[in-house]
Amino acid sequence: MKTSFRTIALVFGREFRAYFATPLAAVFLLVFLALSAGLAFFAGGFFERGQADLGPFFAWHPWLFLILMPAIGMRLWADERRSGVIELLMTLPVRAHEVVIGKFLAGWAFTAVALVLTMSFWLVTLYLGSPDNGIVAASYIGSFLMAGAFLAISACVSAMTKNQVIAFILAAIVSFLLVMSGTNLVLAALRGWAPAFVVDLVQSLSFITNFDRLTRGVLEAPAVILFVSTIVLALWINVQVVDAKKAA
Amino acid sequence: MQLVQASGLVKTFSRLRAVDGVSLEVSRGEVVGFLGPNGAGKSTTMKMLTGFLEPDAGTASIAGHDVFADPIAARRRLGYLPEGAPAYGDMTVADFLAFVGRMRGLANSALGERLAEMVERVNLAAVWNRPIDALSKGFKRRVGIAQALIHDPEVLILDEPTDGLDPNQKHDMRELISAIAPGKAIVISTHILEEVEAICSRVVIIDEGRVVADATPSALLDAAAVDGRRPTLEAVFRSITGSKAA
Repeated sequence: MKTSFRTIALVFGREFRAYFATPLAAVFLLVFLALSAGLAFFAGGFFERGQADLGPFFAWHPWLFLILMPAIGMRLWADERRSGVIELLMTLPVRAHEVVIGKFLAGWAFTAVALVLTMSFWLVTLYLGSPDNGIVAASYIGSFLMAGAFLAISACVSAMTKNQVIAFILAAIVSFLLVMSGTNLVLAALRGWAPAFVVDLVQSLSFITNFDRLTRGVLEAPAVILFVSTIVLALWINVQVVDAKKAA
Repeated sequence: MQLVQASGLVKTFSRLRAVDGVSLEVSRGEVVGFLGPNGAGKSTTMKMLTGFLEPDAGTASIAGHDVFADPIAARRRLGYLPEGAPAYGDMTVADFLAFVGRMRGLANSALGERLAEMVERVNLAAVWNRPIDALSKGFKRRVGIAQALIHDPEVLILDEPTDGLDPNQKHDMRELISAIAPGKAIVISTHILEEVEAICSRVVIIDEGRVVADATPSALLDAAAVDGRRPTLEAVFRSITGSKAA
C-alpha cells in the first residue's frame, strides 16, 4: 500500500491546529483535568488512602475516556461531511488511509497533551512520598493506548454520519459496551447460559480488565495487543467507510 | 487527446436514476457550459468526473488518466470547485490555500509564487488573513476558485462558480475564467444563461440525467431559429428541457 507520509503530516498539522482554533480545546483540557482530579480526590480517596500512588487517578480513566474520546473524535469526519469539505479533500491527490491516519494521530496527539498536563499529579505524589515510577509510567502508557482505542472507534463512527451529535452518542455507546464487558454485571448475566469460552472472550475484550492489568505496572502483551489491534481495526473500517460512503 | 473524457456514466441513488448514460468530451481551450434544470444530474455528473463518486457504469478520465483506475494521477491534473464552495471555516484564507497547495505537492518558493499569484488574480488581498467563516459569500466563492487553481491544473471543473455573487463579482469571475481558459479544459455548471453566452465555447444541456443538447451556443440558437430569427438561449433551454422547466 503506497503511503505519502507528507500527506499524513499535512493532515495531522491541520487537524491538530483545528482543535485549538476554537475555545473547545481549552474547555476540554479543563474538564479533563478537573474531572480526573476531582474523581481521584473525592471519589477515589486519593489522600485518605495514605499511599503515594496514582491508582485512584487512573482507575477513572476508562469512564472518563468513554465520554471524552467521542467528544474529540466526533468532528473528525462528520464535520467534513456536513460542510462538504470531504468532497474537496477526497478529490485532492491523496489516499483515504493517509487522511484517516493523519486525522486519528491529530486527535491522539491532543489526548497526549491532556495526559501530559495531568502529570502534575505525579509530581505531587513524588513530593509527598515515593510512588513506584514504573507503575506510573506503565499506567500512563496504558491510558494513552486505551484512549487511542476509544478515539479510533469514535473517528470510525464519525465517518458514518454527517451529524456530530449522532457520532458522539454512537461512539459513546460502543465505548460503553467495551468498558462494561468486563464488569460482573455483564459477566454474571452471561454465565447463566453462555459457554465458558464466550464469557472468557467477552471478558478478554474488556477495556477495564485490560487497563487494570496495565495499571498494575506490567506492560502485559495481551492488553497492549488488544488496544493496538482495536486501533488498527477501527481505522481500517474507517478507511472502508470513507471509500464507500464519500457522497452520502 | 481530450482532457476530459467521459462515456456512458450512470448513477442511481436508491431508485432514482440521477445520471443515465452521460458522455462528454472536452479538449484543451474549451469552456463547456453545463446546463440543466435543478435535479437534472449536473452535480452528480461532475462528482463522477472528479472521481469523488463512483459511477454504476461508464468511465471517466482526466488528461488520459482514468479517475478510478489511476485516481492520484487524474486528480493531480484537476482543479475542482465543489457545489457550495466548501472550505475549512476555521482557517484563514492564507492558511487554507497553503494547505491545499501543499496537499497538491507544492512547497517552498513554488508554493509562495502560486499563493502570490492567487492573491493577485482572484483578488484576495483584502481578506488574506481572515478566517474563512467570517467572509462574505462572494469571497468564499473566490477562495473556492483559488484552491481549484492553486496548482495551475489543465482541467477545471467548477460547480456553480458564480452562484450567490453580485453582478460585479459575477463579471469579475467571468473575466477570470476567460483569462485562464486558453490552455485548459474547463467545465462549469450554471443556471445563468447569459453567462454561457459570455464565456462558453460549447453548451451541454442535460435533463433527467441525459444529454439533450451538445453544441456551440450560436449553433444551438441557429438550430432553433424560426424564419431566420434566433430565439434567446433561455427560450431554447426551456423548449429543450420541456414541460418540467416551464
